[in-house]
Amino acid sequence: MGIYWSVGTVLLLLAITAPLALLLGFGAANAARSRVAPLRWFGKTYMAVVRGVPDIAFFLFFVIALDQGIEYLRQKVLCPGWDQPVRQGNDFVVCPQAKMPLGNAAQWVHETYGFGLAVLTFSIVFGAFAANVLFGAMRAVPRGQLETAEAYGMSRRQVTRRILVPQMWVYALPGLSNLWMVLIKATPLLFLLGVEDIVYWARELGGTKTPNFTDYPHGDWRMWYFLALLIFYLALTKVSEVVLSRIMSRLTRGQATAGGEAQRKAAA
Amino acid sequence: MSCVQTIADYGLRSLGIGERLLPRADFTLCQQFTLIGSGMIWNIYFGVLALAAGFLLATALALGKTSRHTLLRKPADWFIFIFRGSPLFIQFFFAYFLFLSLKGAVPAFGLFTSAWAGALVVLFFNTAAYSAEIFYGALLSIPKGDTEAADAYGLSGWSRFRRVIWPTMLRLAWPAYTNEAIFLFHATTLVFFSGFPALQQRGDALYYASYFADKTFNPFIPYPILAGYFILLTLTVITIFGAINARLNRHLPSDARKKLRIRPQVIR
Repeated sequence: MGIYWSVGTVLLLLAITAPLALLLGFGAANAARSRVAPLRWFGKTYMAVVRGVPDIAFFLFFVIALDQGIEYLRQKVLCPGWDQPVRQGNDFVVCPQAKMPLGNAAQWVHETYGFGLAVLTFSIVFGAFAANVLFGAMRAVPRGQLETAEAYGMSRRQVTRRILVPQMWVYALPGLSNLWMVLIKATPLLFLLGVEDIVYWARELGGTKTPNFTDYPHGDWRMWYFLALLIFYLALTKVSEVVLSRIMSRLTRGQATAGGEAQRKAAA
Repeated sequence: MSCVQTIADYGLRSLGIGERLLPRADFTLCQQFTLIGSGMIWNIYFGVLALAAGFLLATALALGKTSRHTLLRKPADWFIFIFRGSPLFIQFFFAYFLFLSLKGAVPAFGLFTSAWAGALVVLFFNTAAYSAEIFYGALLSIPKGDTEAADAYGLSGWSRFRRVIWPTMLRLAWPAYTNEAIFLFHATTLVFFSGFPALQQRGDALYYASYFADKTFNPFIPYPILAGYFILLTLTVITIFGAINARLNRHLPSDARKKLRIRPQVIR
């Protein structure tokens, strides 16, 4: 039954997107701090552009752009002799060998490909937000700590790896957990990307103009279906809150912040 | 057909006044502007009423959340958690089918299965929860000196709240509350995309924009028109809220005033 799989789809999306976005964000934040100017410009531009444009626009735009870009590159490689223009009116046409996925591929390949595009889009958008949070967190690490490390004769790279990165998480976590909550609530937008997720099924069920419930052995269960969805999302939020507050108290231990001070006082 | 005629025919189409049939072929730019603009009536209606009612409930909820009595605190906590912890999209669907089921038992609930009342209730509760969290944060950050000064003047109870706590809370919360207002208006576009039906094709701006996009297969005209209308609406909201912000902060030296900062966040 598709509906039950769709719950798994949402969880899988969260599980893949979150680390990927964090990685992208970490890379971009480091790039924005880099001494090499082009790398720094790239990191800053990425953060500025993606954050400045509403994410829905990105969700709608990126999937099409990525899809057409991949197909165009494949056509260049696979069908060198193909001379028809790619854009024919409203249609985007490539040679049959360059179709992605291939026209005769199995259904699951199509679905996986669509899902992969969705994951990539989510990661790019949320990666920019994560980059912004991490960039701020890196600057929030007390300057004195970095100077101490430099005084011990550590190189810039060593300072980053041994002092900056371990220290920055406590400053980054409030922003990152906020981002995670937004990511959870953004998952209903998956249906915009053509993935059969929870809301896709919700619209299928809700969209019928004249529902014919005499077909079913039971009454109108749609209300309960949506109640279950509501509780699913609430539970996801609640669990995240608990887990994140635990991580936060673990990270705060021994830190020179107000939270760390409070922990020391409580222990004493 | 001249543009004036089109405006006369379709200007109030979203309210059911004027031409019954929507244009079916040979769409002119004027028709698109008029119909999408006509749909904006609904976006403004939902936004303004939900904000006005939500403001009062949000104040009550924020006070409830800071209350010492468990009986007041817990319901406010749960209300805020439920409406902030789940996607608005799912809330719309659930509310629609809840009202549909209740209609079977109590015919009076039939009123709420139509968008103008049912969706308004959902938006009202939703914005109340989000604003309550903002007001709660502001209540916690009221400077201790202000309340101590109020105590020293012998103010207590209602007059203390009305003269000191409430104005300070509003002053602190206003920049964040402006953002909330803007994104409430953006969220009104979800109404006809979720469960609520658009009777006789009386929809909001996004409903007509997607109608044109479906019929012409060209999303590059209706959606920018929609975006243009929303930018105008956002600028209006910023102007009004900015004026209120200036009034709330009129006693402060001009460089100490908090500036309004617009931080886009589309998902709720």
